[in-house]
Amino acid sequence: MCVVRELSKTYPAVRGRRGAPATPEVRATDDVTLDIRRGEIFGLLGPNGAGKSTLVRQLTGLMRPDGGSVEILGHDIVRHPERAARILAYLGQESSALDELTVSLAAETTGRLRGLEVRRARAERDAVLEELGLTGLAARPIKKLSGGQRRLACFAAALVGERPLLVLDEPTTGMDPVARRAVWSAVDRRRAEQGATVVLVTHNVIEAETVLDRVAVLDRGRVIACDTPSGLKEQVAGEVRVDLVWRESAPLHVPEVAALRDRVVESGRRWTLRLAPEEARAVVATVTGGAAFAALDDFTLATPSLEDVYLALGGAARQGLVRT
Amino acid sequence: MRRNASNGSSQSGPSENGPSETDPSEGEQRDVSVVPADALRGAAPAAEERHVTGRPAELGPRARLWPSLVAVYRAQLSRARVARIPLLFVATFQSIGIMILMRGVVDGGGEAQAVVAGSAVLVVAFVALNLLAQYFGQLRASGGLDHYATLPVPPAAVVLGTAGAYASFTAPGTVVTAVFGCLLFGLPMTHLWVLLAVIPLAGAALAGLGAALGLLAPRPEFATLLGQLGMSAALLLGVLPPERMPQLVRLARDLLPSTYGVEAFARTFGERPDWGFVLGDLAVCAAVGVISLAVATWAYRRAAVR
Repeated sequence: MCVVRELSKTYPAVRGRRGAPATPEVRATDDVTLDIRRGEIFGLLGPNGAGKSTLVRQLTGLMRPDGGSVEILGHDIVRHPERAARILAYLGQESSALDELTVSLAAETTGRLRGLEVRRARAERDAVLEELGLTGLAARPIKKLSGGQRRLACFAAALVGERPLLVLDEPTTGMDPVARRAVWSAVDRRRAEQGATVVLVTHNVIEAETVLDRVAVLDRGRVIACDTPSGLKEQVAGEVRVDLVWRESAPLHVPEVAALRDRVVESGRRWTLRLAPEEARAVVATVTGGAAFAALDDFTLATPSLEDVYLALGGAARQGLVRT
Repeated sequence: MRRNASNGSSQSGPSENGPSETDPSEGEQRDVSVVPADALRGAAPAAEERHVTGRPAELGPRARLWPSLVAVYRAQLSRARVARIPLLFVATFQSIGIMILMRGVVDGGGEAQAVVAGSAVLVVAFVALNLLAQYFGQLRASGGLDHYATLPVPPAAVVLGTAGAYASFTAPGTVVTAVFGCLLFGLPMTHLWVLLAVIPLAGAALAGLGAALGLLAPRPEFATLLGQLGMSAALLLGVLPPERMPQLVRLARDLLPSTYGVEAFARTFGERPDWGFVLGDLAVCAAVGVISLAVATWAYRRAAVR
């Protein structure tokens, strides 16, 4: 479906000017090689700045890579970037081109610009708005909607005019659970009925674990792992994650707690530890009894998530992934 | 997947906020997908993929120039209706205000014709040049062009549709200004119909220029600045009668496309307008329009694929 070979892109260094510090050369994508299969929901997971959006821009023909190849359904997208628009639908992070249109006109116009004739564009518009529960908002300008509704309206526009590949850059940002469910059932329906393939950019590990068939984990422009979510989690199956939240600060006067300090990832009052099950049990016993307990606000013990996989694989960002 | 309390792998500590403190939305997240991720594995075999025949898949249709131009035009006009009406009022009142000011300086004759024609065309310059430059500048900077660039639409349709919408949006303000000016300075309204040619042609020239400036400017602030400068030039060089200007300024005036719209319009106030010159002026507008829109289309193509 989509074959990516040794894709790379380097943003040149920027010289510092008054008020703007110099930035060094950045390799946004570094020898990325991927095979996306037909009909799968393929995820690109990574913290901000990992190169996800750059990779997506290269897949959609919006950015020419420095080297490497992208082939979608047999078409060379590096040599013919304009063909991408006739194969895929892209939902970017920006809605500024549609902001001032009504939901209904945004969807219809997008369909028209995908080459549909008027009647067909209107019929598809009505069907998609109905499917996503947007019919009641059809006459409202997109700008006037809440963040999640705006995102859903742009998603609707992306769906008008069938495409075998959907490239969605963080489609559910800001959405409530009802809207998220509408998005995923619309995606599933297209996959079941049309065999559509979905490339999904996300930094939300819960979403990644629930909806993705396979996921490529990106860190600093490189693919550090690519497997099914459960396959990836097996790599850290021997570990348990312990989250400790202190009331004010950690009780470092307790020797057992002080001993843990070197191994935690600290984020404010929260300590996160990845431990073998026996060790975790010992830690829980320590903090739930004795002097440490008085300082403890909350704790959780959980099986590893994709975030733990990311960190175990050597991901550099400590706080880049979200679990909401 | 992490689940609090539901599968026994999690326990919660002594929390003041209750057991759900860690992730309030996790419960909602559980049924985030209606169909389980693995359910369709059988329906979509991985092996079928490799295009054994080597024949690339069929592409979706290309959007043709005219229908997509109409679609962009319609969308932009609806957008203008919401967002631009206050600005159109500003443009019109600005022109009317200038005419009222000039009423004290100019006393009829050729100068009055130049003031009325210049003020009317200034409305076109304000919307088509200034606002369009800002619009494209911001669209480019915010990544909004990605939306169009990932649709199979000809670049010319986007540029012409948008420019056309901005240009036609100037029509009511231009007509109001022209009529008001004629009443104020006692000019004949016999040939006001010439606005039917002046608005689209001056509109094409100025909108093309505005679009090109907006798309070529490296930063949106520059686009705004260039649009404002262009409009100021149209104001100073178009409204003030040329007879009182030094040679150098007159040369600058000749280089500005709006000048030819102003001249064409001003000539029609005369007793016996020389239609040959009117046509000549309008032809210059049309030529500038064609060139600047071609440049804008090229700039769009360049901006869309970076």
